[in-house]
This record gives sequence, C-alpha cells and structure tokens, in this order.
Amino acid sequence: MLNRRTLLGAGAAALAAAGIPAAALAADDVIKVGNTMAYSGPASAYGQIGSTIGAYIEMVNAQGGVNGRKIEWISYDDGYSPPKTVEQIRRLVEQDEVDLLHATLGTPTNTAIHKYVNAKKVPHLFVATGASKWNDPENFPWTSGWQPNYPTEGAIYAQWILANIENPKIAVLYQNDDYGKDYLTGLKRGLAGREDVIVAEAPYEVAQPTVDSEVINLKASGANVFFIVATPKFAAQAIKKSAEIGWEAERFLNNVSISVGSVLQPAGLEASKGLISAGYLMEVDDPQWADHEEVAEWRRFMNEWYPAGDQTSSFTVYGYASAYTLVETLKRCGDDFSRENIVRQAASLKGLRAPLLLPGITINTSATDHAPIEAMQLMRFNGESWERFGEVVHAESS
Amino acid sequence: MAMSDETMTGGASGSAKAAPVPKGRAAAAGGKSTLGQAVFVILLLGALALPFIFKNFTIFQMTMLMVYAIAILGLNLLTGINGQFSLGHGAFYAVGAYTAAIMMENLGIGYVWTLPVAGILCFVVGFLFGLPALRLEGIYLALATFALAVATPQFLKLTPFEHWTGGVQGIVIIKPDAPFGLDAVLNADQWLYFFTLAVGLFLYWLARNLVRSRTGRALMAIRDNPIAARSMGVNTSVYKATAFGISAMFTGIAGCLGAIVIQFVAPDSFTFALSVAILVGLVIGGVGWLPGALLGAAFIVFIPNVAEEISKGLAGAFYGFFLIAVIYLAPQGAGGLLRALVAKLGR
Repeated sequence: MLNRRTLLGAGAAALAAAGIPAAALAADDVIKVGNTMAYSGPASAYGQIGSTIGAYIEMVNAQGGVNGRKIEWISYDDGYSPPKTVEQIRRLVEQDEVDLLHATLGTPTNTAIHKYVNAKKVPHLFVATGASKWNDPENFPWTSGWQPNYPTEGAIYAQWILANIENPKIAVLYQNDDYGKDYLTGLKRGLAGREDVIVAEAPYEVAQPTVDSEVINLKASGANVFFIVATPKFAAQAIKKSAEIGWEAERFLNNVSISVGSVLQPAGLEASKGLISAGYLMEVDDPQWADHEEVAEWRRFMNEWYPAGDQTSSFTVYGYASAYTLVETLKRCGDDFSRENIVRQAASLKGLRAPLLLPGITINTSATDHAPIEAMQLMRFNGESWERFGEVVHAESS
Repeated sequence: MAMSDETMTGGASGSAKAAPVPKGRAAAAGGKSTLGQAVFVILLLGALALPFIFKNFTIFQMTMLMVYAIAILGLNLLTGINGQFSLGHGAFYAVGAYTAAIMMENLGIGYVWTLPVAGILCFVVGFLFGLPALRLEGIYLALATFALAVATPQFLKLTPFEHWTGGVQGIVIIKPDAPFGLDAVLNADQWLYFFTLAVGLFLYWLARNLVRSRTGRALMAIRDNPIAARSMGVNTSVYKATAFGISAMFTGIAGCLGAIVIQFVAPDSFTFALSVAILVGLVIGGVGWLPGALLGAAFIVFIPNVAEEISKGLAGAFYGFFLIAVIYLAPQGAGGLLRALVAKLGR
C-alpha cells in the first residue's frame, strides 16, 4: 500500500501544512501546462500530437521561454479511456497544479472532464477533437476548441452546393454517432431553410462490414450530390462503390478521411477522381508546399527537436500548429499568468496566423466564440493529389 | 464461534490437496486471527483518517482503489472460491455504472438507491449468464465471458438504447454532496470516500460470511472436486449460477460506485481492458484470499502511473515488467506472499 505516489502525496500535504501556499499559481517563473493524450491503446497514433507539442515547448524554452518564463509540459497517458482521463486530469489540476490544460485529446475523454475543469476554473484550451460542444462559452467559459468542428465543415459544403449546383438533390451517408450527426447538423444549418434538397439519408453502424447496400439505395434516390460522412474504411468502400455503379453525382468527402494513402488508394485513385473535400492544414507531402517557408521551418524543427517524429504524418503538423497557438496565447498574457487572464487572452485572438494552416486561414476567437479555426478551403482530388480551389470559406459562427 | 467457522473453512479446502488454488485463507490458526484483527483495526483507523490528511486527488484515487477492490472481490468469489473463470467482469461493471447513470440523470433518483438496483440487476444478469455458462469449463468459459466483455461497449452504443445510454457520448453525472448537513464538514470527495468505504466494508463482511457459510463451503467443494461435491448432494448447477450472480452483483455495485465517483459513463470506459484489469488485480492480490482485493486494486490503480513516470514511451513494457516480477516473486499473489512471511515468522 505504501508507494511512491502516497509518499509524494504525504510530502505535498506536509508542505501544505507547513504553511507554504500550495496554489502558488503563476507566482513562480514556470508556466505549467497539463495535457492528457493517448500514448497507449487503440488510439495511440495520436500520441505524436503530444510528443510534437512537447518538443516544440522544449525548443521555446531553449530560446528563452515566454516573457522570461519557462513552460513546463506535463503530458500523461490516458489510453483514450475516460475514467483514466478523469484521474490524470485530477492529478494535473490538484497535484501538479497546472496553470492550464492544452490540447487534451478525444471527444469522450474531454466530455468526461468538461464539467470538472469548468467547476475548477482551469483553462481547458484548444482541445484536440472536432466535436462542436467545446464552443459553448456561456455554459463552459473555460473550454475552447481549436480545429474546425464537424458542423462548420458540413455548413461549408452546404454553402458551396447551393451556390454552384443547379437544382441540387443531396444524398448523405453518415456514421451513426455524434460525429456523423454533427456533420448532418452542420449541413442542414448551411442549407439554411432549404433542407428539402436532402433527398436521402443513410446511417451506417461502425459494426457493419460494408456500406455497399447503403450506397446503392442512395443512388436510387436520384440524388446528384453524394455526401460521404465516414471514417477511412467506410469512406473507401463508399468511394469505390459509387464509382462502380456509375453514379454520376458530385461527391463530397469529409475531412476525416482525406488521406490519399489510407483511403483514396484503397478505393482506387481513378475511382476517387473528382472528389471534393475541405482542408485547413497544409498537406506537407504535397509538392505545392515543398518550398513554402513554414513547411521548411517545420522540417527544421522536426529534424532538430523531434527527429523520431513522422514527417509524413498529419499529426506532427497538427501538433506543431497547435503548440504555436498555445505559445502565442501565453505570449499575449504579458506578465499576468493568472487563469482568468490566460482564458481572456485565448478568447481574444484576432487574425492569428498559425504556421501550416492553409494560406488565408487565421485563428479568431472572442468572448462569445471559442472556436478558433472556422475556415476551410475546398479542394478537389485530381487523381494524384488534392487541388485547392476557390476562396477560403469562412463559416464563422459569431 | 468465529473460530470454529474458520477451522471448518480450513477443513473444506484443506481436504483437497490437489486443488490448484492455494488453501490460503485456511491458514487461520488462532494466533493469526488476532493478528489479522489487529491489522484490520489499524487499516480501518488509517482509512478513516486518510481523507483529513491528504489532498482531494489522493482521496479520489483511494476511492477508486476501493471501487476496484470491490470489483476484484466479486471476481474473487467466482474464481477464487468457486473456481470459475471470467474475462468479462468489465461487462457487469458497465451494467452497474450505466444503472447508476441512467437512474440518476434520466430518472432523477438519488444515488444511494442506485446501489441496490444495480446489485439486483447485475445479480439477475450474472445468474442468467451463469446458467448457459454451466456447460462450459475452464478456458471455454473464459472465452464465453470474453465475448461478453467485447460485446458490451457495442450494445451501449446501439441506436435503440441511445435515448437511455446517450450513445457514444455517454452520460455525465452530477457529483453528490454530503447529506444531513455533513457538507459543512466534508467536501464531495471526502463524502464519496466514506460512502464507498462503508459500502466496501459491508460487502466485505457479506463476502466473508458467505465464504464461511454452508453455501461457501459448497462453492469451494465444487471448485476443489465437482464430482465429489455432486455426490455429496450439492446442486452444482444452482450453486455455480448463484456464484456467477453474486460475483456479478459485487462487480456491478463497484461499477455503480465508480460511475458516481468518475461522474461520467461512456462505452469507451468499459472496454475489454477493464475486464483484464480486474483479472490482473485478482491474480496480484491472491486468488481465493479476500483481503487481497485491496492489494490487487492498489496495483491496477498505481502501477500504470509508476510505469509511466519511469518512461512514457515504454510505460506498457514497464507495466508488463512489474507484472511479471510480481508473478515471479509471489506466484500466489500478495496473499500467498503474506502467508509465506507469516509462516516464516511464526516458525
């Protein structure tokens, strides 16, 4: 029963009893940033996000820190298991006494701590999940999203469809859970009163082996727009099947499944030709960015500070841009690193350009808008890579 | 009275020399009983003082430790006492947790009432699962219960139940405050700690008495030699299914408490990993030795954190290393190790 943790706890308790203020927030010269990430378990691929942020912070510290202070990055493994997240977050807040939380990963895991961190008034910033509920400053003023959320993306497609397709008839294939329904909600919001153009909706369950029959049924509805809201495996099936049965609809693919290697290649590059999707981060492998200054900077960072990291993975790109957002927010805190000020600064980012975002996309937040990135650019698959077209589409909620 | 009970318990399992399970709890000589009582009193006093010494986080961890200990206690009744395997106790834990969440958040019923309901529900589910499982022995039963553990998160996500279960999103529970004006003295974490402690003590008392009762002896007889037990007139089917039910009831109550403490349930909280954790806790604590549940729970709560502190990238490897080390050094779990020590000292 006697173990390191209880001893540590005993030590901490003794210190507290000795009259040393335990919650010496921002009184010392270290800013403690807490995080939970899936370093183990089925979602452990995401762990690279946490490692990239850690490496970035190491670099910032080596360059002198933020406003004369060092940042301490404390990232614990929760294995993508909500009860473990609760434990680790409580450890971060109550034992490590972090000043803020950054980029905690996952929708169920963040849901588990959502109420707790807001009751404790701990900044819960730039969470690494695309659900829409993080942008709810009225009820959860301490929480903020980061990436474009699923409804935003759905709304962007809807706007484009209404503007560019004559007499649209939309068929939607979606995963029957929060993620799928979030997209559907966004699509309907973007259609703004013209929901009747959705002629067919087909949900599928993750446990299903294929979505072939759903695709065939959707074609039978006579739709001329096919919106695929599916995770990689099912997206590949839907793309392949819709091409096989010769369904000549304008096909939209959600951003979740735009990976060429793991979705479009299995589906067949020829079958994938013409797909439309939307992105917000640069695909660093794309030749068009090869000479871009930010990509070159990112590669220098990766080589020097995170050589073990995967330079073809979108997770290291994500982590880099996310870490930049964090550091920039902290810089703006000046000398006041109180939790109130950190949240205030996080909620007053205006036109902040995080590196590796697509050109023209900036981060904007306000006291009533905790959704930092709400713009995406549409892109079409030309059989080899994604070609961006049109303007950056903004779907700012406020 | 208590003494004679213990001797009889000892006799029951001691008679089967070939039993794979150590006849641990049977090593109850008169002297050890007083020693055991002294240890129990010291532990209890420590447990009562703990929430006033440590920070809320430690109190929370200790509460979770007791919750897992109750779950392990449940599995111990099945595996240690009755000799049936289960890789699916995470499923019963989930049923208990969802019972609490649905009753509290959807129906607005007080958390105290969720415990008996979860217990009864899990008993029924466990008993019913135990009936067909009667035909399965050893690894085949392990496989059937494995299926149960794997299927449970999927069922919780199913659309028809979504209105109740909240689908993948799960259910957020409001943490209860201490009642009867105690909230002036105890914060919510401290109250839940004492509440869990009280439930845990009650369940431990129940389990101990069960093991020492006629039923307990029958259960152990089935474990040690089913044919002999049957020829002695023990209705093995009924007893085995009952053992499954009682075991599920304990684990379900643990799940119920766990949900209230964590304040959140979701299908991802009850994956197969949970069932494995309960099994690991059982083996570490000592199969068949009831107090071992506490030590096993301490292992599954703390060792992953220790492993992570040593190396983030190799946390899993270090966890495995600790596990192997414990099994190697104490092949019969903590219980076996303690008994060996006591035997050595007593010599």
